[in-house]
Amino acid sequence: MPPFTDAGSNPHGVCHDREGGPEPPGDLAARAQVGGDTFGKLLAGNARIRGPRPAMRFKDNGIWASWTWAEVYAEARGLAAGLQKLGLKRGDKIAIVGGNRPKLYWSIMAAQILGAIPVPVYADAIADELAYVLDNAEVTFAAVQDQEQVDKLISVADRVPRLQTILYDFDRGLKDYDHGELHHIDTVIAAGKAALGEPGAAAALDGEIAAGKGEDVSIILYTSGTTGRSKGVMLSAAGCINAATDTVTFDKLNDTDSVLAYLPLAWVGDHYLNYAQAMVAGFCVACPESAETAQADLKEIGPTFYFAPPRVFENLLTRVMIRMEDAGRLKRGMFHHFIGVAKQWGEKILNGESVPLAAKLSYGLGDLLVYGPLKNALGFSNIRVAYTAGEAIGPELFSFYRSLGLNLKQLYGQTEAFLYVTAQPDGQIRADTVGPATPNVDIRIDPASGEVLYKSPGQFIGYYKEPEKTAETMTPDGYVKTGDAGFFDATGHLRIIDRAKDVGKLKDGALFAPKYIENKLKFYPNIKEAVAFGQDQDFVTVFINIDPIAVGNWAERNNVSYGGYQELAGLPQVYDIIGAHVDETNRTLAAEPMMAGGQIKRFLILHKELDADDGELTRTQKVRRGFIAERYQPLVDALYSGKTEQHIATEVTFEDGRKGTIAATVAIRDARTYPAVVVANATGAMGKAA
Amino acid sequence: MSTALPGETLLAVENVSLRFGGVRAISDVSFDVVKGEIRAIIGPNGAGKTSMLNCINGFYHPQEGAITFKGVKRPKVKPHEAAVGGIARTFQNVALFKGMTTLDNIMVGRTLKMHRSFFWHLFRNGPAMTEEIEHRRKVEQIIDFLEIEHIRKTPVGKLPYGLQKRVELGRALAMEPDLLLLDEPMAGMNLEEKEDMCRFILDVNNTYGTTIALIEHDMGVVMDLSDRVVVLEYGRKIADGTPDAVKKDQTVIDAYLGVAH
Repeated sequence: MPPFTDAGSNPHGVCHDREGGPEPPGDLAARAQVGGDTFGKLLAGNARIRGPRPAMRFKDNGIWASWTWAEVYAEARGLAAGLQKLGLKRGDKIAIVGGNRPKLYWSIMAAQILGAIPVPVYADAIADELAYVLDNAEVTFAAVQDQEQVDKLISVADRVPRLQTILYDFDRGLKDYDHGELHHIDTVIAAGKAALGEPGAAAALDGEIAAGKGEDVSIILYTSGTTGRSKGVMLSAAGCINAATDTVTFDKLNDTDSVLAYLPLAWVGDHYLNYAQAMVAGFCVACPESAETAQADLKEIGPTFYFAPPRVFENLLTRVMIRMEDAGRLKRGMFHHFIGVAKQWGEKILNGESVPLAAKLSYGLGDLLVYGPLKNALGFSNIRVAYTAGEAIGPELFSFYRSLGLNLKQLYGQTEAFLYVTAQPDGQIRADTVGPATPNVDIRIDPASGEVLYKSPGQFIGYYKEPEKTAETMTPDGYVKTGDAGFFDATGHLRIIDRAKDVGKLKDGALFAPKYIENKLKFYPNIKEAVAFGQDQDFVTVFINIDPIAVGNWAERNNVSYGGYQELAGLPQVYDIIGAHVDETNRTLAAEPMMAGGQIKRFLILHKELDADDGELTRTQKVRRGFIAERYQPLVDALYSGKTEQHIATEVTFEDGRKGTIAATVAIRDARTYPAVVVANATGAMGKAA
Repeated sequence: MSTALPGETLLAVENVSLRFGGVRAISDVSFDVVKGEIRAIIGPNGAGKTSMLNCINGFYHPQEGAITFKGVKRPKVKPHEAAVGGIARTFQNVALFKGMTTLDNIMVGRTLKMHRSFFWHLFRNGPAMTEEIEHRRKVEQIIDFLEIEHIRKTPVGKLPYGLQKRVELGRALAMEPDLLLLDEPMAGMNLEEKEDMCRFILDVNNTYGTTIALIEHDMGVVMDLSDRVVVLEYGRKIADGTPDAVKKDQTVIDAYLGVAH
């Protein structure tokens, strides 16, 4: 994860601990963070001190429904009591499979109230992956979204013998199923609420909440499996809460904030940003109507805190640009003029630097005519803090959003740390770093391998049932190995180069950092994905996936006809475009002393889009380089044998699970390389890396 | 799949013949549709399937024979009368209002259920507003049911074909029909869209208990989906029965695969 962007701003943080909003002063007590070392206790605390404030929203049948903290607590208690009646006990595991729906969040809360352990699983996981995780985690219960997930669970039932009871949220198509061990979440909640009415039942449930301890396992989050089988990361309740408390304070979040929970439920980011932070700060979490409507829902909700991986920002920008190409001349001219103004002055204004009055006026007019409406259309109008992480973000992309006045920052983290390891504080935002360590996080760089090691409050307890893997990941003195190579630059910010094990050498000893090269290529809107090869080879080569939207739009504007992705990818004109991008990439690589040896000699455009269903990407859309190299071995060989084209047939998996074959003859091109540019004092900060 | 076959007959077609001048589109066809079932009408091109649907919903009037709907032998009805009576349909070629949004298109399906006068609706106030809110709620349930939330406000002309078909189904469902006629609901769809559509048809039948009569070319779909199948060829009925029975019927095999002469 290398280059990122820049400067800082803090238009809001006037007072230290909490934001001054339009609330009456009497309500200030409600701004306090509630104490407690388990989520059950936090939920009870939130219901007590900010009972009537909104906790959750969900767009159902076209209307935003809201639940207050008191209501959410009541529902979660009902569900907990219902689950208890069905047999869920302290220490049992309950799988959560589905999208961001309130009732699935309540299932997580209910499990944590009882001291049971929720195990969220990616909703788009195929049955095979699902069976592995469920069996590995020894789940006995599952709370799922709908028939699709119920069917999946039933199809793998024989491989998950411990699973007894399934709860579902959405009943369409499930009427005729055997309801012996299958329950609608609503009926479970109703039964639980009825049971809580009995004398002593409510007090017994309070007892369960009180019995929870901070060091207990609060949740098991499975890693996305970038490297082999996914592992269950056990996180403790107190660890989660301490970590979230640190960042809530760091970004000055409080209960007037709001987020849209659209990230996958099973990903640490959702559990951290939308669940743990909401519980600690008491803010409102809105659930989109469906995954497809998230963009429209974002606009309606107008959240104040936002997280998106770089590719979301990239897609948004691509879409905006394409729509502007199709706009009328006046609008297009206005857009380009004011985006130019923003590029020149926007970031300086956001950083509070002094700029000429004319620039301020021009920017103000731009805000009125372009930036404001654009941010509104994207749902960014109210955003106070926005983060991006997970992949490198292009410097141009990063400054585009910042120049519009969006306080976009970068963080670096991982599941094992319960997300945050570093984050950029307001005012210290740079393109190419991920910021200094977050409060209470201790980072060390392994002197031998350059690997980033850390100790953090949210640090995991261990991998579930895999003590030897846990031991491998830890240093003897208790630091966690990230597996990423990086270094601190002169300003004390961390810079990540690549996965430590991926940073290799070419035959001539030149440094080969595949991801660094891939990211440079991916900054071009026309390139969606790139895979670099070169370990122990004479030179670097790449596979390229074109972006069908951007390139398709180019084709449309230039009257180039094509029948599908494969044909588009093979067009000589497209090769020319991509070739120019590769050429430019080589030129920038040549300017960096450490990377100059890793210029791209040959490239090809892959005939199919890389897909997680074929195992080429992880569920979080990261390329699995080793697997791809094996799968497309003939193409890799051809890149190094000097051929100009190569035939390849690949098996693919369609969305319905059927298999088919795609065959194509892929052209291979040479790229121009440049002599390394010797820059007088470029060695300083870069010298220590790798 | 429902097995309530010995149920009440919803629609009976008796000895129907339809001619266009000298061309005989349908000759002496009889079959029935039982409440709650999914009934398929299949046959090679030009077998008279769509003509049959057109007779049922009152677009064509057969010269001979009778159609009994809900126990009443029907005189000549017009399509809108059939609609009031509880028959909704979709078309082989999508027939939506292309410039209107998904929401508005489905709302059109509620027109027959609106009771306030045109003038009340002009002012969009008082009882008309109450009524509109109620209808909107119904429409939103259908949008939710068909999973088309993300295109709620998109003009249907901009949508891909598979989604347009789904919107059309939504509009027919908005009428809360007793009998739903689907004319090739799967035509021109890719496999995934077909599977989705199958799911929705089964779910409509399962959730709302709607009786469905459908025309379809894709044999796999028909055999999986329907409770009973009637086979037409050159305007005549050549088979009628469960999918399994029809599949084994020699005349049907001949009609589809041709016979050596």
